[in-house]
Amino acid sequence: MWLPALSHGSNDGMTDKHHIEVTINGTATQGVIDARRLLSDFIREDCALTGTHVGCEHGVCGACTILFNGEAARSCLMFAVQVDGATIETIEGLAKSGKIARLQMLFSEHHALQCGYCTPGMLIVAHDLLQHEETLSSEDIREGMSAALCRCTGYEGIIKAVTQAAAERPTAPQPQSAQNSDKAS
Amino acid sequence: MNPTLSRYVGKSVPRKEDARLLAGAGRYLADIVLPNMLHVAFLRSSIPHARIKSIDVSRARALPGVVEILTGMDIWPFLAPVPGMQNKPPTAWRRAVEHTINIPDQPVLAVDKIRYVGEGIAVIVAIDRYIAEDAAELIDVDLVTLDPVTGIDDAVRMDAPRVHEHLESNVVAEFCVRKGDAASALASAPRKLHHTFYNHRCLALPMECRGVLADYDARMDSITIWSSTQVVHWVRREVAKRLELPESRVRCLAPDVGGGFGVKGHVYPEDILIAFLARRIGRPVRWVEDRQEHLVNSAHARDDRHAVEIGFDNEGRIIALRDQFLKDSGAYTPVGIGAPSNTIAHLMGPYRIPHLEATARIVVTNKTPNAPYRGSGRPEGVFVMERLIDLVAHDLDIDTVEVRRRNMIPASAMPYASGVPYRDGAPTIYDGGDYPAAFENAIAALGGLAQIRERQRNALAEGRYIGLGIGSYVEGTGAGPFEGATVRIEPSGTIYVATGACAQGQGHETVFAQVAADEWGVAPDAVNVVISDTAAITLGYGTIASRSAVNSSSAIRRASGVLREKVLAIAAHILEQDPDDLELRDGRIFSKSKSNVSLSLKDVVAASMPGWDNNRPKGITGGLEVTEYFEPPTVTWAYATHAALIEVDTRIFAPKILKYVVVHDAGVLINPKLAEGQILGGVCQGLGSALLEEVVYSDSAQLLTGSLADYLVPTASDMPSVEIIHIETPSKLNELGVKGLGEGGAIAPPVVIVNAVCDALKPLGFELFATPIRRSDILQAFRKYRAATPLSR
Repeated sequence: MWLPALSHGSNDGMTDKHHIEVTINGTATQGVIDARRLLSDFIREDCALTGTHVGCEHGVCGACTILFNGEAARSCLMFAVQVDGATIETIEGLAKSGKIARLQMLFSEHHALQCGYCTPGMLIVAHDLLQHEETLSSEDIREGMSAALCRCTGYEGIIKAVTQAAAERPTAPQPQSAQNSDKAS
Repeated sequence: MNPTLSRYVGKSVPRKEDARLLAGAGRYLADIVLPNMLHVAFLRSSIPHARIKSIDVSRARALPGVVEILTGMDIWPFLAPVPGMQNKPPTAWRRAVEHTINIPDQPVLAVDKIRYVGEGIAVIVAIDRYIAEDAAELIDVDLVTLDPVTGIDDAVRMDAPRVHEHLESNVVAEFCVRKGDAASALASAPRKLHHTFYNHRCLALPMECRGVLADYDARMDSITIWSSTQVVHWVRREVAKRLELPESRVRCLAPDVGGGFGVKGHVYPEDILIAFLARRIGRPVRWVEDRQEHLVNSAHARDDRHAVEIGFDNEGRIIALRDQFLKDSGAYTPVGIGAPSNTIAHLMGPYRIPHLEATARIVVTNKTPNAPYRGSGRPEGVFVMERLIDLVAHDLDIDTVEVRRRNMIPASAMPYASGVPYRDGAPTIYDGGDYPAAFENAIAALGGLAQIRERQRNALAEGRYIGLGIGSYVEGTGAGPFEGATVRIEPSGTIYVATGACAQGQGHETVFAQVAADEWGVAPDAVNVVISDTAAITLGYGTIASRSAVNSSSAIRRASGVLREKVLAIAAHILEQDPDDLELRDGRIFSKSKSNVSLSLKDVVAASMPGWDNNRPKGITGGLEVTEYFEPPTVTWAYATHAALIEVDTRIFAPKILKYVVVHDAGVLINPKLAEGQILGGVCQGLGSALLEEVVYSDSAQLLTGSLADYLVPTASDMPSVEIIHIETPSKLNELGVKGLGEGGAIAPPVVIVNAVCDALKPLGFELFATPIRRSDILQAFRKYRAATPLSR
């Protein structure tokens, strides 16, 4: 594409090499990368973890969502150098660990995926929401899941799956209606 | 089939696709990496209309890591342009419809002239994508800018600049369909209305952008192309022609595809160019479109303006309709007349209209080319028709529901010849169903007319504006020309099914396995479905136009039937039974009369093998494989009514959807849950284009909505709850009784919401004639109303 010039060849440091060490899905990984390398490219191309999808590369669609030190983050908006010393979890790691097994099952049951392109990001957004919010009204779930775009399902299955997962949490109160909820989050 | 054993068709069988996709193990185009693969970036135009004086690539070529840079001038002697009529209307249509068509082809890169922002100027191949993009920045292009043609009015001006100089005008196609004598009928109609309607430009916007990877094999002089496409056989056809290779040396596959909705439904310049580069360089070459590139490079959709005259009697019965519309197709129109001919074929919808005259004109402008997007011309025509019904009702002060009742084709009139030719040239015949029932069910699901109107009156008394919006449509589905299926029994006993369909999320691997499972009396898991691969089946058409469930399923059924005859003949020979005494169940062949006599499919495969020790009866050839093609006589007509109750929020001047209902009939549903998923997804896209999504160009033809922060699509919090009611009238045009439904969901929502808003704001005299619904229009209406009636507040 013809995006603004990266002033190639000048001393902007964008192609300076950096050594990073990062734990990805429990595996200590190191690499030497350009300063400008996107985290999403590092994960997909250098670590061959292609379950992290790239849908917009400008932080809107959420397909590239990963866990960065346990928090959901958009890997297309980060440079790989930023994760030096950090812990990253991608869809592959989460799927293998069994941490999202119930969510995966509910996504399938409620037909919460069609083409599957948004699905890894969608699962991680949902996982993050369920991990971090103790109470989730139906409104909270819709709002929380708005962090990622899906173009196939119309979201109904996704909302049903996440709502059920929220209700099944051992410590969680049942999802409440919007009126009763305290929207402090 | 074994008629008693329909065990899987009609059931919401879980999807085979889900396990891999939920684990991040799907494989999309950008996930495929080949050894020694090179990466592509394009230099694309940021100017809408210009003459290219010179292009200097020397600085870019000197960049370490750059392997090749080519411009349009370098390439045009070697690569013929991409055809502008990829979905050619058949001879029958050409005979039935008056037409003039001069649709231009598109060079794979701009040759001497640039025609839209986003058009490819040069292609850069490098060892790394970052370097390829760096190189794009180092290319110096000397241009003479030209006045851009920015829209319909601009395109048809007498002194308009021409987008394509070799054509006589910017109107590249014109065709007219007539039924009866609209001119005389309009002249004598008791009442008439004239209106202009505009359907805005919007996007399919799949979450995965496009991409192409090609790998040339010098040993066999053959090429393999992976493309994020809906039409692998079209890609093979065009690449084979341009590289002058026999089809068998060109293979095209689509891996997992992250949504299509039409935008991936034709051959693009990159499909051909990447293949060309892989052969020229002798290394695998991959191009992955990024989102900003997608927004200017991949096709846009809709964008047409209708000048309409409708004649009707004092009871609201429609007598005649004349629609002259212009479609802004952008600089090229790769799928030719597809969308506008759909608009005409679907314009009259489920209504009796004695006289029709519909004229389409396609104009070219300096914008990104248009192509079909979910609905493809139908949402445009349905917007016109359903808006007109409400306007007729308002004109006569009759309820909009009542006007529909008076015009709708009754079930007793089925099959109903609408009196116009379809896109395939065949006479349009609505082949069954009960349109009024779908319509009445939708109204009932919203509470019934009396209750809706009472609720509306009560709300109005409190200063709240509630509205009812309705959109009914018919949809020709399962279009020809054909789709095929190869069915074979593998030595392991597995049923192998290959078909020319290509999935982008529909769940083809599941539904085709359901169809085959019933044919063979096995579980869907015992069926191996192969799609999206030209090596798997010789001829194919692809997944566009709500056609795959109808055509591929029918082909699978047909091929299975032929193969089953052979299986039973061999089994009868082995078991020494009459073939009529045998039946298929649970992967085995049983004797109906002797319960202890049976044989596995694996045993039959072994017996069928060519050569030594076969155990076939005389006259039966070796192997168990059959390919059959299903050629539908014409389309089979699905239909639906969508209806919604909305309330206009007078603080933010936006409609809030209170309830949305879909009552639809797509014949037999192979997998009801997946069918509902298709409908919900379509409705979501339709609501997006009604309320949020809009491609905006500046007056100088610069795209202003070049990111997802500007082009807004619905999120989870934008979607209302949608109630779906199924009616299943089996189609008589195929043995499974299925009709298509991929596109239907997206057809009605824009007009449903517009009608609902106009209904809610009827006290203000508010009417909308264009999509999308803008808050500023609603605000304006309130301002005007309040200014005119100062005491009302």
